Amino acid sequence: MTGSVAAITHTIAAPSIEWSLLSPLVLVFAAATVGVLVEAFAPRDLRRALHIAISLGGLAGAFVLTIVVAHSHIFAGGKPGVVAAVGAVAVDKPTLFIQGTILVLAFVSVLLIAESSHDAFAAQAAAVPGSAAEREGLLAGLTHTEVYPLTLFSVGGMLLFPAANDLLTMFIALEVLSLPLYLLCGLARRRRLLSQEAAMKYFLLGAFSSAFFLFGVAMLYGYSGSVQLAAIATAAQSGVGSATLLYAGIALLGIGLLFKIGAIPFANWKPDVYQGSPTPVTALMASCTLVSAFGALLRVFYVAFGQLTWDWRPVMWGVAILTMLVGSIVAITQTDVKRLLAYSSIAQAGYVLTGVIAANTAGLSGSMFYLAAYGIATIGAFAIVTLVRDQTGEAAHLSSWAGLGKRSPLVAGLFALFLITFAGIPLTSGFTSKFAVFRAAIQGGALPLVIIGVISSAILAFPYVRVIVLMFFSDPAPDGPVVVRPSGFTSAAVAVGAAATLVLGIIPQPLLNIANHAASHLFVR
Amino acid sequence: MVTPAHFIALAVILFVIGAVGVLVRRNAIVVFMCVELMLNAANLAFVTFARMHGNLDGQIIAFFVMVVAAAEVVVGLAILTSIFRARRSASVDDANLMKY
Repeated sequence: MTGSVAAITHTIAAPSIEWSLLSPLVLVFAAATVGVLVEAFAPRDLRRALHIAISLGGLAGAFVLTIVVAHSHIFAGGKPGVVAAVGAVAVDKPTLFIQGTILVLAFVSVLLIAESSHDAFAAQAAAVPGSAAEREGLLAGLTHTEVYPLTLFSVGGMLLFPAANDLLTMFIALEVLSLPLYLLCGLARRRRLLSQEAAMKYFLLGAFSSAFFLFGVAMLYGYSGSVQLAAIATAAQSGVGSATLLYAGIALLGIGLLFKIGAIPFANWKPDVYQGSPTPVTALMASCTLVSAFGALLRVFYVAFGQLTWDWRPVMWGVAILTMLVGSIVAITQTDVKRLLAYSSIAQAGYVLTGVIAANTAGLSGSMFYLAAYGIATIGAFAIVTLVRDQTGEAAHLSSWAGLGKRSPLVAGLFALFLITFAGIPLTSGFTSKFAVFRAAIQGGALPLVIIGVISSAILAFPYVRVIVLMFFSDPAPDGPVVVRPSGFTSAAVAVGAAATLVLGIIPQPLLNIANHAASHLFVR
Repeated sequence: MVTPAHFIALAVILFVIGAVGVLVRRNAIVVFMCVELMLNAANLAFVTFARMHGNLDGQIIAFFVMVVAAAEVVVGLAILTSIFRARRSASVDDANLMKY
């Protein structure tokens, strides 16, 4: 009896997890968890300082660990990398470059979130706007320090999203990065109805798009019998199975990913969400989320659908053209500075898409360089937006920015620098990065796309120049906004953004070399 | 005779009903329920494909999706409740301060 029981007992082998290779991810999630404990147990007056130390320390530590992993033996002998955690997470050079970029951008964004001279976050998000409870919370000096752990959880998801080697991990990472962001969008201290509206729109549309993503995963699983990217690529290459399932899967998955990067026609959320959210959160979304989503898009379309380039490329052409043109043309009509930056972000996503469409190593390295350069500049631009304030909070309407150059030449000059780099003028990072993706697109045989990209850049320069003229060549209104004197946190964020913009414009070669090296073997299969 | 293909057809029908519901319904709670319907349609497809391929991946994915859907409800209802308390309305048409 006992013998027969022993005979049918099988030991289940524990999965092998390469903790050392996953250490950047683990550290960020650990810091987020410690942040939750701080929120629960630390006394209120200590919380903010503890949260800032944990968040910045965790992100900086994770960045160091990323560099350590990048120099580890897994890349010995020209190998592109390894697949860790039983096939769930890929640790390869492009992923590490993208993760390092996200960590730097998240660090700078947390500097903005930590700004104390003008708090961006609600005293009590649960209190109804305009109610007595809200006034009590404001008088008591409350603020939501939960934003720090929420940010770290979101950044953890962003690190996992481009590293996911199977579509289930990718879906989970998508939700881990999105759910905290939905909440962060609704936590603005001022203009709270706008903020709540932004949170609702982002949440409903985000959930809608992740349902498309998930149904696409189901179709691809039905097609290949696996959710591993490499297995889907093998099945697609052999050509067995239902083509309907394959193409439905690619389309639905593509919709989910294009929604996250904000490509037309899936970008309706972007202007509203960027406008309504607290500006530090907008900076986080405009930089880190964009980089992460492009990382995942690149991996899916280069690894799983790499053999089907001829099938998805025509559709991507259409999406890229629409994104570049609609983003730049609608930007002209904007009167709100955050909406202007949102439409600019849509157009920039179109330029990166031209690099994705190239589907070669130059396209990959160009896209990664573009994302790093644009991410740091856009954080700087949103940091400036937090500084120009009137009685109601940030001076959102562009008309109130008139004559800012005469009152505060430094701040207006820095904002002009960021606008110039978005327009892609030489000697700024915007020019170098546009040059990198457009050259890759020409190599990939997409010359018409590049021509449309250049036309779109010229259109996009118009609203930027108009803002610069408004700031420097018109007279300030007597009751116009003032530039508040920031604490060291925001100053540091602006300084990093401006320095990176100039350095990457004048001597881009070091970072370009790193990007080229990272992209040299594409992604691990 | 009910074959796996029938279940896939049902999953597609449920998904389309959910997607159309998101686009045409006005109450945010109902819109959110339509999203949940789309997730459940995906779950049905996963389980059916797991049966067709004879492996367990799809069934396990279905569990993950249920957990994610539950987490999404927590976040979503928090946002929708705060909006309802501020505006006394859960209509997605009333939340229209930002346009164009």
